Amino acid sequence: MTTQTLLPDAATRTVESRPLSVRPSLQETVTQTFAMAWRALKKMRRNPEQFFDVTLQPILFTAMFAYVFGGAVSGSVADYLPLMIPGILAQTALTACMATGTQMREDMDKGVFDRFKSLPIARIAPLAGPMMADLLRYGIAATITIAVGLAMGYSPGGGFFGVLAGWLLTIVAGWSLAWIFAWLGTVARSAQAVQGIGMMIMFPLTFLSNAYVPAGTMPDWLQAFVNINPVSHVVTAVRDLMNDGDVTGQVGWALVACAIVVAIFAPLAVRSYSRKM
Amino acid sequence: MNESTTLAVSAEGLVKRFGDFNAVDGIDLEVRRGEVFGVLGPNGAGKTTTLSMLATLLPLDGGRASIFGVDVASSPHQIRQLVGVTGQYASVDENLTATENLYLFGRLLGLGKPRARATAVDLLERFGLEEAATRQIKNFSGGMRRRLDLAASLIAQPPLIFLDEPTTGLDPRTRGQMWDTIRELVANGSTILLTTQYLDEADQLADRIAVIDRGRKVAEGTSDQLKSSVGKSTLHVRLEERDLTASAATIVERVLGETPLLTPEAGGLNIALPDPNRAADVLIALREASLSIATATVRQPTLDEVFLVLTGHHSESEDSTDAEQEVA
Repeated sequence: MTTQTLLPDAATRTVESRPLSVRPSLQETVTQTFAMAWRALKKMRRNPEQFFDVTLQPILFTAMFAYVFGGAVSGSVADYLPLMIPGILAQTALTACMATGTQMREDMDKGVFDRFKSLPIARIAPLAGPMMADLLRYGIAATITIAVGLAMGYSPGGGFFGVLAGWLLTIVAGWSLAWIFAWLGTVARSAQAVQGIGMMIMFPLTFLSNAYVPAGTMPDWLQAFVNINPVSHVVTAVRDLMNDGDVTGQVGWALVACAIVVAIFAPLAVRSYSRKM
Repeated sequence: MNESTTLAVSAEGLVKRFGDFNAVDGIDLEVRRGEVFGVLGPNGAGKTTTLSMLATLLPLDGGRASIFGVDVASSPHQIRQLVGVTGQYASVDENLTATENLYLFGRLLGLGKPRARATAVDLLERFGLEEAATRQIKNFSGGMRRRLDLAASLIAQPPLIFLDEPTTGLDPRTRGQMWDTIRELVANGSTILLTTQYLDEADQLADRIAVIDRGRKVAEGTSDQLKSSVGKSTLHVRLEERDLTASAATIVERVLGETPLLTPEAGGLNIALPDPNRAADVLIALREASLSIATATVRQPTLDEVFLVLTGHHSESEDSTDAEQEVA
């Protein structure tokens, strides 16, 4: 390396001639988010174990829940599948987005996050990038769950487009709920803490919903919670789409619930990320 | 041009609190354009914290700071466009290759895809990392990481570069390479703010040095000014008879006109020498007084001695065995 080639114009250019932008533009934010998503995808490809929770787990859970609860809840496995598959979809999406939070925490403990913080980039990009890359994980999880259901004899009444719509809604819901875990990732002390708190959030959200059993069998006070649980709305909406092919009001409510979650937790996550360390 | 815009860094009364502990306790810094300014201090003195505040990585708990006239607290986004930061622990992505790292940072800094790729190739070549271009950083040596880290800080060609302990943990050869790289940056007119725990590093690279300890600045000046405060070199003497240390100190004071410092181990004296040749005078005077010497060494003043003189206590880092030279 020679003196002549290193930074040819650093000496000649004055600081005052440098145009300084006041904040990143929307277009810059989008480019930076894509660059961070590119990084996250590279990382995933080099750590294939990150895919276990979205490949093996949906297979295991779908088979396990169908054979264990099928007879008790719906009389037979075949009758239970239309009720259960949307529930499993929601649970798989939640598990997958819990991993988003733990990985975010692990990532933030690494030295490279200090560099991200020192760069003139949109504060949301280091969070939104991995979130975008994780869409792939939700997609894989949803695809495998549906495929296992079909293999076990699930015949969705909504046809191809109903299933596609349910699949899309699952991914949207996963992405939205992941902001809760991203925020947890930025406030928790360690990845284990995110995991622990995440479990405490995930289990009530999935089991205190209509994901596995019809809410009508539950006591009234519990039904009250089940009915406002965003997971219930997502599950009902996915059932409507996949089993009946109907775009019902529940689909609208599910999307509204997702939008509310993002509107609350995305700013919280960005704020605590910017303050951290 | 007024004074605030001529200074690369101007900080007054910086404070950072972690709970009850003031990690940085009222530090003032002024770094002129085009100079290398060294912040010297032991582990935990507040060097990295100070740099982190100036680089917008930590909010200020007190005081004010500006970089090229831009206020650090109110305009973080502008500051990030002016400063390139190279961290104490190489802040590059372990899972990516060297090329991918530089490409990523290039893209984040707004370079188009072809330009980001070209810059990555270019910087790898300049930093002698081209053979390692497609290797993941996990498999890099410490020195290679640091160089890649520095390369990453230069993508945007920032007018001010922060180097946080650039050679801590490197072997002497790699350390020398890193110094050469830093000197080239300086030759190109970059302003550099550098932290280090090594007196010789500050000596080699910095135009001016601030010594900080426990969150406060205890001295500031050129390396010559600092060294003359502890003498050019130090004579370390240990006596056979520990009880006679005090009378040896009196003899030294008579010869040199200055009181020597007692070392942490018993029977030892650290004698600051204005001129290394005075060592002989001291030794002769001790022999004439029939004081028997166990060991005697002449060496460069260590950071520990600078600290002892400036702060009255020993630094935490025990690197005082460097550059020892037996004379007796």
